[in-house]
Amino acid sequence: MKPFTYERARSPAEAAAAAARIQGARFIAGGTNLLDLMKLQIETPGYLIDVNGLALDKIETTPEGGMRIGALVRNTDLAADDRVRRDYGLLSRAMLAGASGQLRNKATTAGNLLQRTRCPYFYDTNQPCNKRRPGSGCAALGGFSRQHAVVGASEACIATHPSDMAVAMRALDATVETVRPDGSARSIPIAEFHRLPGDTPHIETALAAGELITAVTLPKPVGGKHIYRKVRDRASYAFALISVAAVIQRDGSGRVALGGVAHKPWRVEAAEPDLPRGAKAASAGLLADATPTRENAFKLLLVERTLGAVLTEARA
Amino acid sequence: MPGPGNIEFSRRNLLIVGAASFVTPGAIAAPTAALAQTAAAPPALSKVALNINGKVSELELDTRTTLLDALREHLHLTGTKKGCDHGQCGACTVIVDGRRINSCLTLAVMHAGDKVTTIEGLGTPQNLHPMQSAFVKHDGYQCGYCTPGQICSAVAALDEIKAGIPSHVSADLSASPQATAAELRERMSGNICRCGAYSNIVDAITEVAGRQA
Amino acid sequence: MKFDTPATTNPIDQLKIIGKPTDRIDGPSKTAGTAPYAYERHDIVANPAHGYVVGSAIAKGRIASIDLTDAKAAAGVLAIVTAENAGKLAKGSLNTASLLGGPEIQHYHQAIAVVVAETFEQARSAAELIRVDYIRAEGAYDLAAAKNSAAKPATDEDPPDTAVGDFAGAFATAPVQFDATYTTPDQAHAMMEPHASMAAWDGDRLTVVTSNQMIAWGARDLATTLGLPRDRVRMISPFIGGGFGGKLFVRADVLLAALGARAAGRPVKVALTRPLIFNNTTHRPATIQRIRIGATRDGRITAIGHEGWSGDLPDGKPETAVNQTRLLYAGANRMTATRLAVLDLPEGNAMRAPGEASGMMALEIAVDEMAEKLGLDPIEFRILNDTQVDPEKPERKFSHRPLVECLRMGADRFGWSKRSAQPGRTRDGRWLTGIGAAAAFRNNVVQKSAARVRLDPRGVVTVETDMTDIGTGSYTIIAQTAAEMMGLPLNKVVVRLGDSTFPVSAGSGGQWGANSSTAGVYAACVKLREAVAQKLGFGSADVVFADGEVRSGNRSAPLAKAAGDSGIVAEDTIEFGDLDKKYQQSTFGAHFVEVGVDAATAEVRIRRMLAVCAAGRILNPKSARSQVIGAMTMGAGAALMEDLVIDERSGFFVNHDLAGYEVPVHADIPHQDVIFLDEVDPISSPMKAKGVGELGICGVGAAIANAIYNATGVRVRDYPITLDKLLDRMPAVG
Repeated sequence: MKPFTYERARSPAEAAAAAARIQGARFIAGGTNLLDLMKLQIETPGYLIDVNGLALDKIETTPEGGMRIGALVRNTDLAADDRVRRDYGLLSRAMLAGASGQLRNKATTAGNLLQRTRCPYFYDTNQPCNKRRPGSGCAALGGFSRQHAVVGASEACIATHPSDMAVAMRALDATVETVRPDGSARSIPIAEFHRLPGDTPHIETALAAGELITAVTLPKPVGGKHIYRKVRDRASYAFALISVAAVIQRDGSGRVALGGVAHKPWRVEAAEPDLPRGAKAASAGLLADATPTRENAFKLLLVERTLGAVLTEARA
Repeated sequence: MPGPGNIEFSRRNLLIVGAASFVTPGAIAAPTAALAQTAAAPPALSKVALNINGKVSELELDTRTTLLDALREHLHLTGTKKGCDHGQCGACTVIVDGRRINSCLTLAVMHAGDKVTTIEGLGTPQNLHPMQSAFVKHDGYQCGYCTPGQICSAVAALDEIKAGIPSHVSADLSASPQATAAELRERMSGNICRCGAYSNIVDAITEVAGRQA
Repeated sequence: MKFDTPATTNPIDQLKIIGKPTDRIDGPSKTAGTAPYAYERHDIVANPAHGYVVGSAIAKGRIASIDLTDAKAAAGVLAIVTAENAGKLAKGSLNTASLLGGPEIQHYHQAIAVVVAETFEQARSAAELIRVDYIRAEGAYDLAAAKNSAAKPATDEDPPDTAVGDFAGAFATAPVQFDATYTTPDQAHAMMEPHASMAAWDGDRLTVVTSNQMIAWGARDLATTLGLPRDRVRMISPFIGGGFGGKLFVRADVLLAALGARAAGRPVKVALTRPLIFNNTTHRPATIQRIRIGATRDGRITAIGHEGWSGDLPDGKPETAVNQTRLLYAGANRMTATRLAVLDLPEGNAMRAPGEASGMMALEIAVDEMAEKLGLDPIEFRILNDTQVDPEKPERKFSHRPLVECLRMGADRFGWSKRSAQPGRTRDGRWLTGIGAAAAFRNNVVQKSAARVRLDPRGVVTVETDMTDIGTGSYTIIAQTAAEMMGLPLNKVVVRLGDSTFPVSAGSGGQWGANSSTAGVYAACVKLREAVAQKLGFGSADVVFADGEVRSGNRSAPLAKAAGDSGIVAEDTIEFGDLDKKYQQSTFGAHFVEVGVDAATAEVRIRRMLAVCAAGRILNPKSARSQVIGAMTMGAGAALMEDLVIDERSGFFVNHDLAGYEVPVHADIPHQDVIFLDEVDPISSPMKAKGVGELGICGVGAAIANAIYNATGVRVRDYPITLDKLLDRMPAVG
């Protein structure tokens, strides 16, 4: 870890402006992913802007009856919020399925969206990785790829996004609010926030240089059964092999997003009308054009079966 | 340079990775990696007053110093352990402003004004905290290295249950969680014990939870 | 003291203190965080600089050049040690690969440099500035591919091949035959305390505070490596944050701390970073195992064969996975064979119950599969083929072998009779449930062990031995032994461990530590008792040590009085004769497991676990129970998740951190029950105890595998049993 200057931000706009102005600057909030990566020389900022002092830690009701979640709301607080538990159970469940109690106490809403992949080749600086070092190649292709993406991957990168929270947010049609270095705000639909790897897997989100997430908003609550089903080898404190985030109505219709299958939370709206026909039909659409490796091809069947269990549970 | 996704692991390729390069005899060494540090910048120092177990210490620290290393290396409060330094084991768990966190994944300079409680702040060998005593009674440890983290985590986990914070295994999100064995196991899963004292640890915490109830 | 005839009645048999479930005497210090581990000994080593270890980026080849220019110029750097400037280094007798690589590289993350700086942050930062040019060489990383090139290992211990009767003929003609191949992956110790050391030189004298299970081996090998006379090295290791075999030997942390301290002219401390540990240190090697069993239709084994393959670096050792099959079941015609391939992976070596842990994972599935083929209950099949003699040498009896009792008691307590013999028939909501069992078996080894005991004028007895406590409870059982022998309460005994200036003990390995080290303390206490009796002028024949007093006939005196002003010191060594040749000494048990398998996702979760163990006298049922549940937990990890995944292109363990290499967490482990049979084994030692720390891992993985089969009807022979291996044969969802 190289030396860095540490500074506390005074306002979101100032923070964004500073981050854009200073070469190699990064924001730090919870720090649970950034410091992990800095210790391994994967992230190498020369300047850290601590945004924890910014008043971005409120959960508010929006005029539309939805919810505005401050960027700095800790995962524990969001999962435990009474309104979230009542109206957005899917989100609460997803957060509680992630990480550990200690990490959830630190990790923030914005930071959770910005988590970087857990691909072991990304994590080892001796190995080629187009995400860490563009142009060096992808060691996961043809390597250990059990955890990796089965849809939306490219020849350059088959990494997955590790977040549970973001999968629920995708199913709930969240919007990411930001402030840009010029002080202007913008809203990014979650569907457009995370990118597929393509030829530029090192560019992971729609954020511009210096742009700071200030909040995530949710539209008004969607009724129905909220189910988040995370599948993993270890019973807790493990990243998902796959996860299914679903809101299912009585008639079997609904919406579903998948974790652990792609470079971003994976949702195919066009496949959702097939949900009442069952898991096989819906997952065929969700996983159309899948390109699994030999080691992770099981995820296709696992998605179908897990979705089947989710639909069964929703009917019960 | 190989194209994206086209990496070859044959010995005839030249790979530039981080600060290491691989060459075959006769090949030309490539320019050093752009991502590697090329010059040694001096450390940035920062003053911070840390309130640990009620005692305030003024330190001047390299900004890179984690809370964990500040405790262990600068204050010699070595009860808090470094097991992985990456948030993957829980041995470094401390309680900050009433909440358990991994002290390895936070910078010391970020904790000015926070109240930090470490294992040393819970009790001493002569005057153990009830959770410490319960761990002794139930043999909830073996090598002892994960133990301070387990105990700090357990104390905070019971507070989280009291505060009504749900967990992954809470059947009903709207109900008040109870300190059942299943709840304790889930909530304690961020603390790895490779000696495998889990069954006894849950017995110890259950006893303390029962006493509190 | 020579132990060459079975023990008779001795003071340990009083069982006033021995055999009681005493809380650990080091408990308050461990739970309060004051027990000091290697990296924390600022009291012994003042003002140390920090060393940061750099690992090789390739698995095999050479370093063409190292450029240290920028690193040396970095802030705070005091010294950088590489193979180029380290001076001549030898290799310790117990290391396979060199602890400091270069120019030749033998495995991935082999240490190639240590950077010493004022602070940890500076050392780590400077290490990132080192530039290395490597020349890769071809390596072999795939055991399956190397299997045919595997050779009979040269060994001075167990013979690699054994044969009795005519295995081939008996198997070929057996009415019922079973032949299957199993695999176990490479596994990591993953102890919670990283390998860590502090080193300080005083002239040519070196003091190291480290984390090492075997002090005498360690001090010797460190001296050898550095080219020092043995007596110039002092090794201190009183608290060890877990070892499981991974700290049996000197590793890079202690060598590089010593070299760094010499180069920097100042004490240095070094801890291996977690992502480095998995490839830099040792691991349990993967195995391929073929098991063949032939039996009569009524279930008597007529032929049993077990072949095992593993790999290691050149001059390395095999994983002796076939060894238990030489002893566990009857059968007139038998064979075992061990083969070793050369692989260029990191060094394979001992991990908790080397040999049996992997071997029982395979054998005890095979036995279940054979029972099913025969239409027999798997427990009854095991009982039917019990043997009370070494089946390879029938004239040699087991000292004690209550395997059948373990199986029967476990079956009774666990509710085995409720198990459905037909797999895939029991369901609890979304879970398919199943019950499985396996025998547990691990040999009991005894090792010479010495101790010194000192009675002081306050009547306090201090025990000193270089024995280690790796979480096993050594402090407590040694205190219990001395207290029992000297007639003192526990709080009048002080135990000091883990220092090479103390008498050489058995150390912690091979589950021999508890029995052997307490036997050494027993021997020293016998001498101290004689010295006390003599000092008081008591006849030693009828002397009794009780309640802090010494009594003989109608005379009595406080023990403290015998100490006089200067105290009394006694030292002795327990040395074992050939009782372990005359008798086969082993420990036995039975594992019972209930699992639930998610009918949709095939996630496996353990619901209940029971182990019944027969391991001689249990010195402290509380700490012994902990040893067993800990081993059961590690066995659960081996069965369900642990797998060091090899990248066979570049030859390294890819998942080299604690997020990628999953070990069980709280949520994976249910309440665990342990029952110890009431047993004393006078053949093993004056303590009449045997080892128990490894027994608990032997067989538990197979019990889990058998339970998964019982739940699902899917038989998996390749560990770990992850959901992807079950998924396509699970029932339809919905």
